[in-house]
Amino acid sequence: MADFEPRIVAFLCHWCTYTGADLAGTTRQQYPPNIRIIHLMCSGAVDSIYVLKALIDGADGVLIGGCHPGDCHYQTGNYKARRRVAILKGILNQMGFTEDRIWLRWISASEGKLFADTVTKMVEELKKMGPNPMKQLWDA
Amino acid sequence: MRLAIGKGDLLKMARHGVIKVSEGRTEEAIIGILKSLLEKRVVEAILIPKGVPSGEGFVQSLIRDPEKLNGVSVISPTMPVQSARVASNLTFKNLGKKVAAVLKPCEIRATVELAKFLQVKLDNLYLIGTDCPGTFEVPDYAKMSQEGKGGERLRAALLKGMSEGEVPMIDGYAFRTACQMCEYPVPQADMVFELFGYPSDQEIGVEVGENLEKEIEEKEILSFSKEGSRNRADVIGKVTAERMKKRDGFFQEFREVVKDLRSFLDRFSTCIRCHNCMVACPICYCKECVFRTPVFEHEGDQFLRWADRKGAIRMPTDTLIFHLIRMSHMVTSCIGCGLCDSACPSRLPVATLFRSVGDRIQKMFQYVPGRDVKETPPVATFREDELKIESGSL
Repeated sequence: MADFEPRIVAFLCHWCTYTGADLAGTTRQQYPPNIRIIHLMCSGAVDSIYVLKALIDGADGVLIGGCHPGDCHYQTGNYKARRRVAILKGILNQMGFTEDRIWLRWISASEGKLFADTVTKMVEELKKMGPNPMKQLWDA
Repeated sequence: MRLAIGKGDLLKMARHGVIKVSEGRTEEAIIGILKSLLEKRVVEAILIPKGVPSGEGFVQSLIRDPEKLNGVSVISPTMPVQSARVASNLTFKNLGKKVAAVLKPCEIRATVELAKFLQVKLDNLYLIGTDCPGTFEVPDYAKMSQEGKGGERLRAALLKGMSEGEVPMIDGYAFRTACQMCEYPVPQADMVFELFGYPSDQEIGVEVGENLEKEIEEKEILSFSKEGSRNRADVIGKVTAERMKKRDGFFQEFREVVKDLRSFLDRFSTCIRCHNCMVACPICYCKECVFRTPVFEHEGDQFLRWADRKGAIRMPTDTLIFHLIRMSHMVTSCIGCGLCDSACPSRLPVATLFRSVGDRIQKMFQYVPGRDVKETPPVATFREDELKIESGSL
């Protein structure tokens, strides 16, 4: 397990976390390269199906980055994303998928450091959990 | 919206009456009222289950000619379709005249959910409900009637059971699982025929909400009074308590079997991904379902890549994602009618799955689907001060 490198699929909002990730780069913050970023216009555009598809097809974790409450460019997209994630996690928990592999985090465009720290932390946590069991289910 | 299904609202405004039953013919007494709704032009048509000529089942029918009300049943013991879907078909485009729909409590609750999603228009639709004893699977009922256990005899036994709150024993047959664990045997509607707690061979109760009350009184269809059944509340309490006990038992049993994804897949290994549960579900209303789009038409090479990575894959693919996504779409509004169970060719306990998962998710948002048309479904709204990420709730 020591050399297990988790794969994270990240769905990042254009107006905050995606730009925050950019800032992390331009300010030369160091963070592990385990993340594959998908650029969306809003965290509210993340359908549960994207998250599940990622988890079933090989991701060890999914990070959803949105604007802080009250800051959504489209007023309420992040609140809707939050409910959607809560429902999805509620369902998965009842299916015995209790590990915390889906992270919803509020990271603004000015928080490059927070983005780098979040990815670092998530990689650490996922390493502790080991590979995602869902991606190995042949009969899923 | 005119309809107030909200308990507070409706019951406060509702008027009550007692209908006398002659010669023990309970259903005829109710049908008499429905006839006068048609004859006195309160409504132009009535949607109600009608017996098929063979006597082996019931189908929903839209009745315009009062004479055609002969042979209908207000406590039809089957539920071949979720009539909320029928109500949607009926009202979605240009229903210019008043129609009454005689529905089971779960059909009314599904109709309310669909109204929230703008799939049913309640402007010209009066909802009429009857206390529901439960229903049998359609093929079971056909067999029962062939064996002489159906028809009038069964309905008389059901009515008798309802007055005491007992479930009649019918040799070799049981109500649908969803009905056994349904804690909403009493509907909330514009007009409700009350059977629980009444000696229904002599009299039954009727409750009329504010939408119909004035017209019914003016056209002398019913007279309202203060009388009622003294033990109705107790009987309903008893029935509900028994069903909730059963429900919790089913939930527990299911949660013990399905502990993790492995055991879920084992239990659902016979799912053939026919989508019948989705087609039967009143809440799954999307005109174009993502599972029937090219999103799930994978390239041949994609299947090979999956098989290569995992060594083998089950075909057809996407069973797990189908159930999980369907749940994430409908589980907050699942009213527990169990038609998914009835529709499943592999006899999988889909209704128990959706209900037991739905129960906890609905509680998360203090949401009771079908309770009040004025409420907003959890997926369509939010509160600013909920689900704090900092506190670890997400």
